[in-house]
Amino acid sequence: MTRFSAFSLLQQALNGHKGWREQWPDSQPKAEYDVVIVGAGGHGLGAAYYLAKEHGITNVAVIDKGWLGGGNTGRNTTIIRSNYLYDESAKLYDHALDLWDNLSQELNYNVMYSKRGVLMLAHNVHDVQSFQRHVNSNRLNGVDNRWLTKEECKAFCPPLNISPDARYPVMGGALQMRAGTARHDAVAWGYARAAAARGVDIIQNCAVNAIRRGPDGAVIGVDTAKGFIRAKKVAVSAAGNTSVVMDSAGLRMPLESFPLQALVSEPVKPIFPCVVMSNTVHAYISQSDKGELVIGSGTDQYTSYSQRGGMPLIEHTVAAICEVFPIFTRMRMLRKWGGIVDVTPDRSAILGKTPIKGLYVNCGWGTGGFKATPGAAHLLAYTVAKDEPHPLNAPFTLERFTTGRLIDEAAAAAVAH
Amino acid sequence: MLLIHCPYCEDTLPELEFTYAGEAHIARPADPSAFSDEEWRDFLFIRTNARGPHYERWRHIGCGRFFNALRDTVSDRFLMTYKAGEARPTLTQEAAE
Repeated sequence: MTRFSAFSLLQQALNGHKGWREQWPDSQPKAEYDVVIVGAGGHGLGAAYYLAKEHGITNVAVIDKGWLGGGNTGRNTTIIRSNYLYDESAKLYDHALDLWDNLSQELNYNVMYSKRGVLMLAHNVHDVQSFQRHVNSNRLNGVDNRWLTKEECKAFCPPLNISPDARYPVMGGALQMRAGTARHDAVAWGYARAAAARGVDIIQNCAVNAIRRGPDGAVIGVDTAKGFIRAKKVAVSAAGNTSVVMDSAGLRMPLESFPLQALVSEPVKPIFPCVVMSNTVHAYISQSDKGELVIGSGTDQYTSYSQRGGMPLIEHTVAAICEVFPIFTRMRMLRKWGGIVDVTPDRSAILGKTPIKGLYVNCGWGTGGFKATPGAAHLLAYTVAKDEPHPLNAPFTLERFTTGRLIDEAAAAAVAH
Repeated sequence: MLLIHCPYCEDTLPELEFTYAGEAHIARPADPSAFSDEEWRDFLFIRTNARGPHYERWRHIGCGRFFNALRDTVSDRFLMTYKAGEARPTLTQEAAE
């Protein structure tokens, strides 16, 4: 792996940038691996990287039916935050935030993590009380979050309309300053490059058709478009398609897959300094480094695998943005897209072992998987390597849907689902 | 915009007039107190989440009634809709139509 540095950049500049090599090989599958990871998104590639780096397991394949980072990793709105209400979630997402901090240096790849702050607006008394409860809960957990008056919100985010005659007046907001955005593609590419450098095979355009089990019920490998691949440990990290993959192993999941859409405007000069979420009006917005306004809201109402979603939701989203930011009413939208998110009944992830020996799962991140990428990857690698969950992901079991010990972020996450 | 056929109104109307109500044909337990934890899990939380034809419930806001639909979740195309309480049509019947 060529190490990126100011010196290598200068060297290549003098060379007309003709010397850059491909960052990872286009691997073909071997007959057998120690670990097969299904899904080459940020979570799967990251897990392969941490397996190699922290647990010395380098005979690993990451297999994807498409190209790497082409699913939800490349389709989200790149927002990173950890201001979740419950202790289990706050610790899990804050663990991810700790890893985000140094990720560019660790991977020698600029993931452009920008701590520009995420501001959640309160529009009514209920919002104020609920967000202040969040702020207090977060601070008790050592998670950065603070309350801003509406004037402080305006000072922090000048395009905001705080006029009292707005249809949904701003009454204040909760600000997590450590939160922000990162370049989503770079996260997948950075992990892929770093994992490949440690010997991980990344096998693209190779669908996993089924997980195969032996006579004793344990996993023995995966049937793929390029033939059978033997592996005693298989980790599924396939987001919206997790149900389908797990079904092939005979395990039905508490998941439903919904389209989650996003859209971007034409690029404009820097105008928007942070990320603003308004759950009552139901939309969120930030500005990318290219200058596009990046806009999203909740999922479509029906389950789907179409990676499209419907126009009524886009209309609803844009209407909400225009309501809170009248300044943007004449912006033209450039493109919109959809990703398929796997949603659990309690809106918390499932990350851990399964009743099937050798089968691990990382799913159910719903609308918030990107922010968790380094944390989920790190904990999945730990769980696979040790065959037991890390204390941070121990509560996020599949069994909780039997025992009833749910982590009910459905209402608590303070975010549009 | 999806166009959905309400089997009660016998009219095909835009998606905005309907709300989605989850997977269809999930029977309530006949004897809840006899249900094990695993059976409760399956009833409350486990879903088919089919990639392809999916039996699901919708509600028409206009007439206020629930009905069932068979929709392909890859193309989002409705294969058919039918009244609540009617038996689940098989796929082969649908293919024959």
